[in-house]
Amino acid sequence: MKPLLELRHIRIELPTRRGTLLAVDDVSFTIGEGEVLGVVGESGAGKSITAAAIIGLLEPPLRLTGGEILLEGARIDNLPPEAFRRIRGKQIGAIFQDPLTSLNPLYTIGRQLVETIRTHLPLTDKQAAARAIELLQEVGIPGASERFNAYPHQFSGGMRQRVVIALALAANPRLIVADEPTTALDVSTQAQIIGLLKRLCREHGTAVMLVTHDMGVIAETADRVAVMYAGRVAEIGPVRQVVKQPQHPYTVGLMGSIPSIGEDLERLPQIDGAMPRLGSTPRGCAFNPRCPKVMERCRVDRPDLLPAGATEAACWLHAPEVVHG
Amino acid sequence: MAETVLRLNDVRRLFDVSAPWLARILSGTGPRTLKAVDGVSLEITRGETFALVGESGCGKSTVARLVVGLYEPSSGSIEIDGTDIALLRSRKAQAPIRRRVQMVFQDPYASLNPRWRVKDIIAEPIRTHRLIQGEAAIRARVDELLRQVSLTPTDGDKYPHAFSGGQRQRISIARALASEPEFLVLDEPTSALDVSVQAQILNLMKDLQRRLGLTYLFISHNLAVIYHVSDKVGVMYLGRLVEVAAKPDLFARPLHPYTRLLLDTVPDLAMTGRERLPVRGEVPNPIDPPTGCAFHPRCPLANDRCKSERPSLLAAGGNLVACHAVQEERLPEWGANTV
Repeated sequence: MKPLLELRHIRIELPTRRGTLLAVDDVSFTIGEGEVLGVVGESGAGKSITAAAIIGLLEPPLRLTGGEILLEGARIDNLPPEAFRRIRGKQIGAIFQDPLTSLNPLYTIGRQLVETIRTHLPLTDKQAAARAIELLQEVGIPGASERFNAYPHQFSGGMRQRVVIALALAANPRLIVADEPTTALDVSTQAQIIGLLKRLCREHGTAVMLVTHDMGVIAETADRVAVMYAGRVAEIGPVRQVVKQPQHPYTVGLMGSIPSIGEDLERLPQIDGAMPRLGSTPRGCAFNPRCPKVMERCRVDRPDLLPAGATEAACWLHAPEVVHG
Repeated sequence: MAETVLRLNDVRRLFDVSAPWLARILSGTGPRTLKAVDGVSLEITRGETFALVGESGCGKSTVARLVVGLYEPSSGSIEIDGTDIALLRSRKAQAPIRRRVQMVFQDPYASLNPRWRVKDIIAEPIRTHRLIQGEAAIRARVDELLRQVSLTPTDGDKYPHAFSGGQRQRISIARALASEPEFLVLDEPTSALDVSVQAQILNLMKDLQRRLGLTYLFISHNLAVIYHVSDKVGVMYLGRLVEVAAKPDLFARPLHPYTRLLLDTVPDLAMTGRERLPVRGEVPNPIDPPTGCAFHPRCPLANDRCKSERPSLLAAGGNLVACHAVQEERLPEWGANTV
């Protein structure tokens, strides 16, 4: 299968007065057509920055200093801003965490939808309005034609996020980058939005990069999952395998530390310590100071992704000589 | 016989959310009140963890603030160790009781003064309540508190900005413990933290509870966290308790349709691939709650009685439930795809 999106050795730097910090360090992955790739990790792991790089919205002083991003085989990371504007929205839709700040409070949602549609599709105002109402119906906004002229503040959080999804879908993009789309929502609303995203992607064949720190959301939604740690991919593979048989000691610890209903434990298994801050990443594997299975080599050499069971893990435990020796 | 540490008797807390006076006159609208907490009664016994769960706007944080005295109830009474706090008129008379009830807030970035050193943040309650005399003795106590939450005494000389979210929450806990409380109100203490850090904080809180014999009021919207920490659970919806039950009963046999809805929306990490019923609607505006049972517009079992008559919290099985359908025995069994 030809990948829709391909990241090759992405490197994102943050220049500071005290030197350059490496926010994302050699990240590569692909997303196939119609596939949902979940990206999880703790705050500061680099997942949102990676997402921002894909949609060309890295906030300076962050900058992409290495690697390539390819959409349908063509490089998009080196496009000038004007050219990127035509891709963003048309081919890549974006959904952010806070639906209130993603909408313009001064315009009706109808006007915002029509503007987005007309920017990317050759439609008249009237046709665009009809398509906007269709989209609002599709994302489950009751009374879509009446709400067309409402302002964002007249909607609840869940309804606003539906409007944002409608905006992201407006030009029928091939890929949606969703950064924590349900984090600001209540649990019952979260379930509705996840269900909606899943249904829409199935019906339209849209691929999704779903960035979240909530493993439950990933388990319900994603086909594959990438686990990020300290600016790198620690493990990537089919969601069921990563959740049920994680191969990287970090993923194992992460899965174990999530409480679940029906599981009676006096103490949750915990990973001691914290993820290193930018600029103080240890030599070798970034996880080595916290790893229960650390070996001599982990403190010196940095592992790249290695085949590990049904997934790939950046861990020397899966080096051929360890596995066979 | 287990002893009751905290009792809330029909506590209400109203907020005035009227438009400014002139705007009211011009538009001809009257004053409006928000019933953030509308008649909540509950009891918490010594050594247990009572969890309150609900979605934003259900009033669970208002309950927390009422218990620690950051708000006063509009009506009803709050008793701590059998003493009605409202009867103690002055702050001075209240202080010995207040000292025994402390709070840990959700956001560890907003709840620590960035201009104070950690040792002063933790020592503040000790100084306020004059628990220990002499700077050296206070410093020794602060060091002990820092060790209790797995930080080191040298951390006391730093400022809050030098710490991560999880470490800051440890500092908040140390500050709460400084006045030697018996009762901690924990308002979403791990919601702002990453899961691996959340596990560390939850373990720490359980250790401290066992070691110091603490009683917790634990507020969260995360049912898996509640399952892990609580002994008893109260489910809130629009300012009222809709169900109260021992943890095993609540999770095995939830009765109120809203409790069932909440349980059904928990993302499924076990990946059983179960299909869920689509959730209907959202939490209504608490300023203008529905008549009768506030949940009726979203409830699949609602009938005319639910629309007009507000159900009260009554015993059903081992649980307390505010639901007409439960009382009328119209409730289907809990299981796959029932309610």
